[in-house]
This record gives sequence, C-alpha cells and structure tokens, in this order.
Amino acid sequence: MKIRLELTVNEETREVLVAPHKTLLEVLREDLGLTGTKHGCELGECGTCTVLVDGAPVLSCLALPAELQGRAIATVEGMAGGGQLHPLQQAFAELGAAQCGYCTPGVLLTAQSLLSERPTPTREEIREALAGNLCRCTGYTKILDAVELASLRMAEVAR
Amino acid sequence: MMRLPPFTYVAPRTVRDAVAALREHGADAMLVAGGTDLYPNMKRRQFEPKVLVGLGGVAEMRGVRGSARDGFTIGAGTTLSALARHPDIVRHYPGLATAAGLVSSPQLRNMGTIGGNLCVDTRCNYYNQSFAWRKAIGFCMKKDGEICLVAPGSPRCWAVSSSDVAPVAWSLGAKVRLVGPAGERVIPAEALYRDDGIQYLAKQPNEILTALLLPPADGRRSAYMKLRRRGSFDFPVLGVAVSVRMDGETVREARIVLGAVASQPREATKASAALVGRQLTPEAIDAAAEAAAGPSKPLDNTDFTHPYRKKMTRVFVARALRRIAGLPVSGRVEEELA
Amino acid sequence: MTKDRFTIVGRPLPKIDAWGKVTGDTKYADDLVLPRMAYGKLLRSAHAHARITAIDTTRARALAGVYGVITGADLPRVKFGILPVSQDEEALCVDKVRMVGDAIAAVAAVDEETAERACELIDVTYEPLPSLMSMEDALAHPEVRIHEYGDGPNVHKNVSLQFGDVDAALAASHLVREDVFYFEGNTHLPMEQHAAVAQWAADGRLTLWSSTQTPHYVHRLLTKILDVPGAHVRVIATPVGGGFGGKLDPFAHEIAACQLSKLTGRPVKIALTREEVFYVHRGRHPVLMWIKTGFTNDGDITGCHLKTWLDGGAYGSYGVASTFYTGVINPVTYKIPVYKFEGARVFTNKPPCGPKRGHGTPQPRFALECQLDKAAEQLGLDPADMRRRIVADPFTKTANHLTVTTIGLGECIDKVVEASQWRAKRPAFAKGVVVGDRGLGERRRKGIGIACSAYMTGAGTAIYWNNMPHSGVVLRADRSGGVAILCGATDIGQGSDSILAYLPAEVLGIEPKDVHVHPADTSLTPVDLGSYSSRVTLMCGMAAIQAATRLRRAIAEAVAKKLEISVDRLAFRDRKVGDPDDWEKAVPFAQAVELGEAMHGVLAFPGAYAPPKRAGKYKGGGVGPSPCYSYSACVVELTVDEETAEIHLDDVWIAHDIGRALNPLLVEGQVEGSIYMGIGEALMEAQVFRHDLHKAPSLLDYKSPTTLETPPIHTILVETDDPEGPFGAKEAGQGPLLPVIPAIANAIYNAVGVRVDEIPITPDKVLKGLDLKRQGKSARIGPERIPLFKFKEPLVVESAFGQPLDAIAVRPFADAQS
Repeated sequence: MKIRLELTVNEETREVLVAPHKTLLEVLREDLGLTGTKHGCELGECGTCTVLVDGAPVLSCLALPAELQGRAIATVEGMAGGGQLHPLQQAFAELGAAQCGYCTPGVLLTAQSLLSERPTPTREEIREALAGNLCRCTGYTKILDAVELASLRMAEVAR
Repeated sequence: MMRLPPFTYVAPRTVRDAVAALREHGADAMLVAGGTDLYPNMKRRQFEPKVLVGLGGVAEMRGVRGSARDGFTIGAGTTLSALARHPDIVRHYPGLATAAGLVSSPQLRNMGTIGGNLCVDTRCNYYNQSFAWRKAIGFCMKKDGEICLVAPGSPRCWAVSSSDVAPVAWSLGAKVRLVGPAGERVIPAEALYRDDGIQYLAKQPNEILTALLLPPADGRRSAYMKLRRRGSFDFPVLGVAVSVRMDGETVREARIVLGAVASQPREATKASAALVGRQLTPEAIDAAAEAAAGPSKPLDNTDFTHPYRKKMTRVFVARALRRIAGLPVSGRVEEELA
Repeated sequence: MTKDRFTIVGRPLPKIDAWGKVTGDTKYADDLVLPRMAYGKLLRSAHAHARITAIDTTRARALAGVYGVITGADLPRVKFGILPVSQDEEALCVDKVRMVGDAIAAVAAVDEETAERACELIDVTYEPLPSLMSMEDALAHPEVRIHEYGDGPNVHKNVSLQFGDVDAALAASHLVREDVFYFEGNTHLPMEQHAAVAQWAADGRLTLWSSTQTPHYVHRLLTKILDVPGAHVRVIATPVGGGFGGKLDPFAHEIAACQLSKLTGRPVKIALTREEVFYVHRGRHPVLMWIKTGFTNDGDITGCHLKTWLDGGAYGSYGVASTFYTGVINPVTYKIPVYKFEGARVFTNKPPCGPKRGHGTPQPRFALECQLDKAAEQLGLDPADMRRRIVADPFTKTANHLTVTTIGLGECIDKVVEASQWRAKRPAFAKGVVVGDRGLGERRRKGIGIACSAYMTGAGTAIYWNNMPHSGVVLRADRSGGVAILCGATDIGQGSDSILAYLPAEVLGIEPKDVHVHPADTSLTPVDLGSYSSRVTLMCGMAAIQAATRLRRAIAEAVAKKLEISVDRLAFRDRKVGDPDDWEKAVPFAQAVELGEAMHGVLAFPGAYAPPKRAGKYKGGGVGPSPCYSYSACVVELTVDEETAEIHLDDVWIAHDIGRALNPLLVEGQVEGSIYMGIGEALMEAQVFRHDLHKAPSLLDYKSPTTLETPPIHTILVETDDPEGPFGAKEAGQGPLLPVIPAIANAIYNAVGVRVDEIPITPDKVLKGLDLKRQGKSARIGPERIPLFKFKEPLVVESAFGQPLDAIAVRPFADAQS
C-alpha cells in the first residue's frame, strides 16, 4: 500500500504517494523526475547516488523517504541558484573534473558538504571526504583540483 | 536497479513503542536504524521482512551522555560519524572513535549507527551475493541452503563477524543495554556475541539494543587497527582492538580483542594476560603479539588470503600496542634524500 | 594537417558538455522515460556450461503486469559477433549456455520488480555439461567443446608470426633472458551500468537509445540479428557514463529490448544491474606470457620471441584482435631487429573478455618492461639509460612492418627521469632507504621504478572489410553564424564532442560555443566506427578539419568577391572574415555565411577520413597498423611496508608524447585516468572465479581504488607535431595506462628486492616474496610453467626493421594539399 509523504527537495516541498519500500533514489528519479541523481550499485558501495540530507552526504539508495519528512534533501539540480552555478560546478566544468560525468553529481554534493563544514580544506581532507565516491575516469586528480579551486574562490568571495 | 522487497514501515517514537511494535509483528518484523547493513541484504533477498520497525525517529536512542569519570552512555542510534568526532570519545576512548571513523565510507558513517555496527550481520563472500548468484551456487546454510560453502563438512556457519566497533567495545569492557518485552537488561559487550555465523547475537529477536555503556575512562588507553584492501568502503578482514590500564609504567589490565577472524570477536586472553604486570617494552609487545596470533583462525571467505590475515594478526597487535605505549607506530614517510 | 598559430587549439578550455554534466542535466540512457514505457529484465543462466533442454515461460506470462516474455525462439536463429570471424553469440541462448550470466529469456512488464519476479517464474531445464573454468582445463579436455569452431578444441585462435631469424639473433646475444609472466583479468567497471531503451514504432521502424561506444556496429548488427532493413533501424548513442571498452559489443539487453518492444508495442527499457555488468564484461584478458629476449652488453635488444596464452572466456568478441594485439604492438617502442610472436586464445566458461583500455597490450607490456629491468640489472645498466638508448627510430618501419612516424619517447624518458629525481633516488633506494624505522621492527622501504610504452592512434583497418571512410562528418553553416557538425562519434567522457567543436572553430575563426555538435545518431550522422582504439580525435578530427576547410573555402570565395580582394588575403578570426591588413572591413562570420550561401546554396560540407594504407603485406598484417603511435614514460615512487607488504604509492610521474595537445586539460585528464586504471589493475583489481561463479561481482568486492589509494599524478606533455594527426595530435586515452603497471612492479623490486611477475601485485604475494628472501631463496613470485601447447607453424616474413617508411602512402579521401 502506498503512503503519502511530504518531502522537501531543493527547498521545495513536494507531495508524493509511494510504496514504503521505495528508496529515496527511486523516488527522486522515478517519482520526482530528478534524474540528476545517478546510481552505480544501489548497495551503498560506490557513492554515485549521494545526496545531502540536512547538509550531510548520504546515499539515496539506502535511504527511506518515510524517514526523511521534514528534512532538507538536496540534489545536484538544486546546487545552482538564481541562474548562477555553484562555484564547485563552475570549477568542475572549467578544470575538466567531469569526464563521463556519471559520478559527478554525487561528488559535487559531497564536496559541497565538505566546504560548508570546512571552507578551506587541505588536499588530504578533500581526499578523505571524497573517499566514499568512486570515479573511474579521472584518477580523482582534476576533482581534487576543482574542489581546491572552488574553495579558494569561495573564500575570496567570503572575504 | 537493485530494489527493496515490499514491506510495511513502522516508525515508533519511543523505545517502548518500538518494543511493542516488535512484539506485535513477531517474526515478521525486523529492526532497522541506519539501514546501511540491512537494506543491501534485503535487496539481495537475504532478508524479506514483512514489517520494518525503524528506529530513526526514537530520539531517546540518540546522543552521547556522561563523563570520563563516570563513563558514557552512547545511544544506539548515534551515527558513526557523530561518534567518531565526539571530542570526549576521541579523547578518552580513542580506539572506539578510530573504529567508528573507519567503518565503510563517509556517507555510510553519516547513516550507519553504533547500534547497527554492533549488530552488523556476519559476512561471507558466499553469502553477501545476490539471490541469483546464491541460487546458482546452490545456497548456503546461512540463507536458503543446507551446507557451509566455506567448510562443506562443517555443521556450522563460518560467516565472519565484521563489526569494527564490536571488538573495541569488548576490549573496553563496555556493556550494552537491551530492552525487550520483559524490561531492560544490561550485559557485557562480549556476552552479546555467539560464535555462530547465523545466530551470531545473544540478543533475543524481540529485544532492542538501545545503548552502549562505556566504563569510566580511568586512565584507560585504547587503540584499533583495521586491515582491509582499501582505505574506504571495505569491511575489516582483521580488526585489532586493544585496551590497557596502567599503574605508572606497569600494565594493570589489558584486553586484546580480534575482529573479523571468527563469527564473533575473539579475545586473545593469553596475550592479554602476558602483558599484565609488565612494562610496555618492545619485547613485551612482541611476545604479546606472538601470543595473540594464536586465536586468529580466519577462513577463506573474505577479501585477502586467510594465511595473510592470520600473519597480519601479530603485526597489527604489535602495532596497536606500540601506539598505546606511545612508541612510534608508523613513522611518517620521510624523504631521506636532501 | 599542421598549423603554426592557433587560437583554440592548445587552450585549456572546458568541455562543451561540461555544463550539462555538472548540473545533472545530461540524460544518460537510464534517465530516459517514454510514454507507456515497459521495463525489461533478462533471465540469466545459473550454469557455467549446460544444454538447455526446455524453457517454460507459462508461469511468467501469467503474472499480472507482464506485457511480454521472449526466448531465443522468438528471435531469428542467427549467431552474431562483433568480428566477422567470430559469429558465435546469441542474444538469448537457445540450445546451450556457456557461462553463468548468459541470457536465456527476457521479460517486459509494468515495472522492474514485476519483470524480475516474472524472470524467476521462467522454468529452464538444464543438462549440465562439464565446466571449463581455466585455460589448463580447457586445453586438457578437448572432448568437452565450448564452441564447435576455432583453431582447435577450445582454441579460438592460434597465431604465429616470425619476422627475421630470431633464433640466430638470440644465439649471437651476450645475454638471453627467458621469463614467464601472468596478468590476471580485470574489468572496465564504468560507473554507469549499461542501459538501453528501444522503441519499435507502429510504422515498423525501430529506434534504440543505448549507452554504447559504437552505434554504427550496433546498427549493422541489429539489422542482421533482428532481420530488419537497416534503413528502418536508428541507433542513438546516449552520453556514455564510462566505457573503457566495455560498451563496444552489441549486447543481449539491447537486442531483447528491441524485440520486446516489437512484441508489446511499447517502448522498453532494460538497465543492467551492477552484477550483470560483470557478466557482460569484455574486459582485460587473463594472459600467460613467455618472453625470450636477447641483449648485447650495451643493452641493445638483438631479438625477441614472445608467446601469449589468452583466457578468452565463453565467446569470441574482439578476441582475435586481442590475440594479435598481445604481440604486434611491442616492436613499436624499442629497436627490436627481429621478432617472433605466437599467440593463442582459449575458450573457457566465463564471461567473454575483449577490449579494455589498451586492448591486449598492457599484458605483454608488463612482461617486456619487467624483463628489461631484469636485463638491465644483469648488464649493470641503469634501466632508464638502457631504455633511452634503445628507443625506436622515428619515421621507420618495425620488424613486423608497422610504420612509425614521430617518436617523443626519448624526451619523455628524460622528462620523467628529471622530474622524479630518478638519478639520486634509484641508487639510494636500492641500497635500502628505510623509513619509519626507529629500531622497533617496523620497516618501510622506498622504491622507484620506470617503464615505457607505445600505443596506436586508431586502428588502421575497420572491423569489417570495406573501402569507406572510418570517420565522416557533415558540417553545416547557419545564417546565424553558428555551425552544426554531424558525426557518428560517441563521447564516452574523453571529450570527443568537444574536439568536434574545437577543430571547426579553429579553422573558421569562431568559438567552440558557436558549434553545435550533434550526438551520434545513425539516421543523421555520418558513420564513425566508434570510440575505441584511440581513434576518435585523430579520425574525426581529420574529417572535421577537412569539412571545415571546405566550408572555409566556400565562404572565403564569397567574402573575397564582396571585398574585392584575393581569397589568399583572407583571415578567419574573432568571428570575422577579412583582410588582416584592412580588418575594419572584415565581415562578421554570420554575414560571411550569408554571402557564401547566396553564392553556393546551402553550405553543407562533408569531411571523410581513412587511415593511410600501410598494412604489412602478409596475413595478419592488418592488425597493428595505425596512422601514428603515442609514447609514454612513467616513473613510480612507492613505499613497501616490510611487515605487512602493503604498498603505498607516493608519486607517479608520466610524460606522454601526445603529438599536439589540442586541449591540454583533456589530455591530462585522459593521462590521469589511464594511470588510475593502471594502478587499479597493478595492485588490486581482478575478475576471478570460484565454483563456476564470479567471485566478486560487486563494487564492494571488486576493488576499485578510491581517492585514498590514488597518489599524486604528475603529468608532463611532450609535443612532436605528428604529420598524421589533426594539427599534429596523437592519442592520449589508452597508452598512458601501460607503463604504470610495470613501473610499479619495478619499483617494488627496487624497494624490497622482490619480483612479482604476476598482476595484480598484492600484499600477500609480496610478503611471500619477502619470506623467500629471508630464507635466502629466489624472491620471485609468479608463474613457473607454460602450457604444453602447439602453436601453428609460423608465417615467416622478412623483418622490415629500420626501413624508411614508404615514399608514397595512399591516403583515401584526403584533399590535395592546398
């Protein structure tokens, strides 16, 4: 039997009617049409489906929407605001940190959470924060570069 | 896409309601907290509960309370990342903070709970596979089958205890609080586990592990070391938890507990005993490490070869003890070329 | 085509598709949803080798929500395969399954869960056959045949080529080494699981959207497999979420989706699970290698004899090409005057192997580069100096008649030697630099190793024999000042769409943003053979330059007339066309297009490319030729913990001869990604089996390095401006994977004196070596024996080593130099 839920995704409250066993990943992609959230294993083994819940990166493939009412869910579609890309998105595009682009949404959100907690992380801290996001294309090098660049730019704006 | 089998979701707000829900649904129900262990297993059809009792909304099960002098009560619903960075835990029970911070990946630690990791299902690379895979190989006794595929002649299941925090809790002399229909009981962490890959918990199915109770810090030193292929994602294929209390320079009490070498954490009692009354010298450490390798009897059902895991027991115990002794463990890689 | 001054080329521009990828807008195959779409699932074999005696789909059909069920009986009885010589696959197996994971039936239903439940309700009766899970088993049991065709029982391919008198050369050598190596299989592991959506419309026309690297071959083969006119089949390549060679064959899920769509009258999507991706595979072949090489005292190679045995898995796939590739590219790197290669591919009951990044060449590269290191030690030579000395000569032919143009390898070696401080570190580390040792028994040793490689920039011959272009584009100028380029190439993350924007922009003096790149669509875009063999930048690039040059000429003619000056005076830059000496009168590009269109009609120009015809004139000479070859040199510095044998990579330096970096950012990205993938293969990745089943078909158990295992990668680009490449460019996507693997092996030896002649190099193996060393035994871990196997009598051809390249090369479709 389906249940009615109110989910706040990218600061918009949406009502969905879903079976209780549907994961957040399925609801985002299949009920809300937010296909920016990708999936690579659906078992919590790759980080591809990462979204933010109250600012913290979690795996949408292992999260139940029933648990998330009233929580702030953020997906890649919500990163850009007012027609402006998030500095991370800008840096990822400029530095070629997205090759095939499939892991990119999850990586971006994880990095966004890191920078909101720790605006100027060391490269080692970036590595640690992104250790739960597999990428097969980049060797992570340009990803780490892009997070550093975004961090610098954000720090400059803040100053 | 791997998807969950259908179930009804019950979200109690109190432990009492959760216990009631469990009682109401009996064998049809399972508990879930972070879901990071149960949901992958459900997607692979290791479990197909009709009812899930979600503990995420039980506020009384979250948070860390107490003091170093009196000990701490850690709500079972506390996330692993919260525990790993809790300043008091980091300071007074570094082994526990380390273990919590080494579980899987950052995302998993934001979801997974201390209670979930203490109760994490035993693992085996014949068991943690999809339904179709297990069907193709003929199933094993842990789920849907008759025999153990690791040790086919064995009457028991050899799935591996894969908790990072369990050996630490055991080594610290921590206790767990279990709440069931008959009320509440507190048992030592070591009493929570059974050496059986299937019935690996002594907890009753209708009981809820609500808290981990840490003893007073009392000058206790602790450390945890984990062997795995990668620095993230991977479960331990060997975990070493050591906890020592000192009288000045002399060891008053020592507990060395091994993880991921059996179906439950395994205490290296001889090794621990060998340390008591001695100073933590390199020689004493080596002797204890040698003795600790004895109870380590891994089988070929995880990553890495089992002889390698067995060999690493000595090395990891020695390193964990060195860390506790304040001896350098892994000197930073230095450029010796000017 | 060469050019001296560039405005777009050489700039680190963002990829044109970067914006869609960072916002989540990019639509991959599984993101597509069509009205009334059904969801499909495949039932896969639970047996490694069995006869199918019955399939009963009654119960599945009866399940509510099921729209259709098909088996092989519902498809034309035709076998297919990507190579014309290996037509051995069925989308849905009819009589026999050859591996766990072979598809048997397919279901379309209202949702994925229903389709999955229906699959479980299909009753298949099997008669199990003995399973052959290793090359040894397959060769030892000729009475059990996996396929009825091939070069012998369970032998798919048996090849033997000899160029010059190798035995005589070896006999005259100062040092002859014979070594045996093993390279375990591994898989591509793209983050995107394969997915396809098929729509067989009411008008009888079929459209397939698929995450494929090769829409053209899928188009061709669908025509054959489904027995439909090719003119009514349209394949659209969706953006590919990682390929690496894993999406280069036509697959069961694509074919089943088409047939289910026909049956149900609905669009059908089939998206694979991660586990299924491991069964689809087509990844790195496990290869056992025996290599015998002769050396002079100075370190020159006198001759080389290589034997390879490839564990091919259950089907042919690209395997015949893979077999050749284990032998034929080796002579491109160093001077090897005479060469003999024997190779065999063996069928086993495992997922088929095929082309993974570096296709067939990382395995022998590992063998050769480790052997060179061993020889250097015996000869008392520095391994970098020895390699530097024997680098092949540019613009010559190899022993096996491959034509090599520019070679930047010498410079690559110099650059990594310098950047890594090789000369100081290597002798110091070999003496035993111990870190973290404070007299407490903990010992970590530093090591440094080098290796080199070469790789082709596009295969010189197509997969099926033809005289048509390998790559074609149509470029159409718009009155708005925009340009649209149609090309059948697929962007798999490497940036080929961006290259297709940069090059016309460069030629026409406009911005990449002004170029609309249409994704591969077999109904609209001219054929490009696909994203494999590092061919796209060169071949599409040359075609795009040709089309852009033709467009430019047409526009120039009209502008020259308008400005009343000679065509030769005109420059195209800053979105204007005009005389540089009278730039105020320059015509905006949009207006120039209008002038051109007024003069010529629609401004649409084709460009076409086929590689120069240089294949060696012997049977088998078609595999290996390439317009040009890229070169790489790599140094790895690492630390080995002597107690745990854990290997920590500290730094990787790689210098890559790219010819010319059309966009250095993209080249670096390809190099870094290659290094990453090589590191995974060298240290942890393995596609291994147990009891007929894949041992680790998940992202947890199949170990892909995380940020924590990936060291800093220092990329140095070397430019040689190759005459064959677009503005001088060569490949970057595969070659740099090759040297990092042996460089790691060599660095481990440098650190702890243990030779692991077997990939992956895992801590347990190194520890075993350390134990042997402590016991005073030979600290080598690796294969000891080679199979008793009779190779064919070799085809003996004279060595072409050192000959200058042919004075005249046929370059089909090339315009006369203007």
